[in-house]
Amino acid sequence: MALPEAKQTATEARLAALELPEGGCLKAARQAALSRVQTMGLPSRRDEYWKYTRPDTLTAAEVSKAAVFETGEAPMFDGFDRLKVVFVDGVFDADASDDLSLEGISIERIADICEKDIHWAKDLYGVLEARGQTPVQRPLAALNTAFATDGVVIHVTGTPSKPVNLVYRHADEASDAILHHVIKVDSGASATILENGPAAARFNKCMEIDVADGGALHVVRAQGRDHERRAATHMFARLGTESVFKSFTLTVNGVLTRNEAVVELTGDDAVAHIAGACVGDGDFHHDDTVFITHDAVNCESRQVFKKVLRNGATGVFQGKILVKEGAQKTDGYQISQSLLLDDDSQFLAKPELEIYADDVACSHGSTSGAIDEEGLFYLRSRGVPKAEATDLMTLAFLAEAVDEIEDADVAGAIIERLEGWLARRH
Amino acid sequence: MLEIKNLQVKLEDEDKQILKGLDLKVEAGKVHAIMGPNGSGKSTLSYVLSGRDGYEVTEGSATLEGEDILELEPEERAAAGMFLAFQYPVEIPGVGNMTFLRTAVNAQRKARGEEELSASDFLKEVRAKAKTLKIDADMLKRPVNVGFSGGEKKRNEILQMAMLEPKLCILDETDSGLDVDAMKLVAEGVNALRDENRGFLVITHYQRLLDHIKPDVVHILAGGRIVKTGGPELALEVENNGYAGILAEVDA
Repeated sequence: MALPEAKQTATEARLAALELPEGGCLKAARQAALSRVQTMGLPSRRDEYWKYTRPDTLTAAEVSKAAVFETGEAPMFDGFDRLKVVFVDGVFDADASDDLSLEGISIERIADICEKDIHWAKDLYGVLEARGQTPVQRPLAALNTAFATDGVVIHVTGTPSKPVNLVYRHADEASDAILHHVIKVDSGASATILENGPAAARFNKCMEIDVADGGALHVVRAQGRDHERRAATHMFARLGTESVFKSFTLTVNGVLTRNEAVVELTGDDAVAHIAGACVGDGDFHHDDTVFITHDAVNCESRQVFKKVLRNGATGVFQGKILVKEGAQKTDGYQISQSLLLDDDSQFLAKPELEIYADDVACSHGSTSGAIDEEGLFYLRSRGVPKAEATDLMTLAFLAEAVDEIEDADVAGAIIERLEGWLARRH
Repeated sequence: MLEIKNLQVKLEDEDKQILKGLDLKVEAGKVHAIMGPNGSGKSTLSYVLSGRDGYEVTEGSATLEGEDILELEPEERAAAGMFLAFQYPVEIPGVGNMTFLRTAVNAQRKARGEEELSASDFLKEVRAKAKTLKIDADMLKRPVNVGFSGGEKKRNEILQMAMLEPKLCILDETDSGLDVDAMKLVAEGVNALRDENRGFLVITHYQRLLDHIKPDVVHILAGGRIVKTGGPELALEVENNGYAGILAEVDA
């Protein structure tokens, strides 16, 4: 079916501004992704899946500039014992990065494996993304697969002694970064990936994650506090039997952020937790779009999303649990809540359940509310000033999402950062 | 300590006068009890004194050690030495009880220009005080009042009072929802805090709490005014004859 003319034109304009990288072993995957984009067309406001978030600036041929933001504070996860992999405006920076060798894990650049004819990543690159295109299209992810200029392929073979920290620095106000990572976790292996930094004026990131039977992967990322950046990120995860995948995202500020997570539970007894906490102010727009497919028996999935919005900020949540026929004993939980600190802010939520098995427990809840006045008065009556009391209540509201982080040190660092950010406003 | 003169208060949202010229004086070292029938304005008095929204003072004054408290924010009143033990302590999911206590103690110290308590000193103090109130470590770790029984909530109020060491303690129907054993425990906690520099205002329906917290002065509040003041024997009179007799006598 031909695309609507406007969509066709917009898609062609964007593609014309990009160059398909030399492929090597990823050539076929890139070309297949390109034809997916051409068939689907890039998202437009009229697409149901983009009803609440305007994709224009994400799909435009020209990047909207974003001033480089000086935070005046140490980057998130500094001080952690970690293996640092640094990208500046979407380009790997070997000098700023640590030595990539670490026991139990292998890390290579996409750019390097492209030169090889055979590589394990070939069987994953673009594969999970392509699977994630049905039943809902995600053209920006296909665009990423086709045109990603950098990224890493990570093979977790054991239990590395420290997390891998992907650091995304922003240096050029007109940078347009497309990064693609592939992570393969072997049977019984386990690792933690930390991500932080604004990355670029416009950032398109795709992460494909394959967790084999009994494997575990934890991803914790922090997006913020720069405001002008735009980001569209995708996470495609496939989980084997008794495997675990947990992801948490903290987002503070950002004029436009769309984080999509597409998780497929393909082995029995697998566990997937996708959580997010965000704090937005003013022309902040943040969209969490999650699609979890249960295609095996006795799997557990949790979606926990909390948003604090003020001064006209917008939060979006589109979350779906699809339980396929035969995925009995599914335990699916989904909650999305917003704390609206004024009348101008809005939270748009579309929670969905689609269930084809008859022996499952699935629940979803979505709420919007103001700060609890009773609680606020109680704290103040004990001497806690209003601003501090509001922060305490705000942190408490976000706590259920932050609690999804398994590593206590990482959770502590996230909370500490949140406290600092909230206190700045006093 | 606390001096209330001709206090007149109405609800902000509706034109309903609740307190109609209340006079009251609580001296340091004394326990004053306020008793009264439902709807007489007992809880309104405690809320107005602690600074809750929704009430409008149309006339009169309230001072704590000479300072006009009605103009102060709730947190400023707390720092000035006022404490209200809530009739219905509020549950705050996500805020740990210990965090809450430490934040409150240090916020008050800061407001008074005192040095904040170190984490270890705070911990030592809170543990000792919790122990006498039979508050276990688990209750200190849990979110504020969440999942607490009625008795646990009230004990938690007294623990806060003990930690904050206020000058004036207002106890709003602290006996409601308590069985006899829990009431004893709470009363012991309160009695332990009695000293010559601290005043108490104990608001209650029933005389039974006053068996455990012996008042120096008893006031009867009715129709938004103190209608009778006496010694502990006044509470016994209420217990035996109800409010009807006293009110008839006042009206007459």
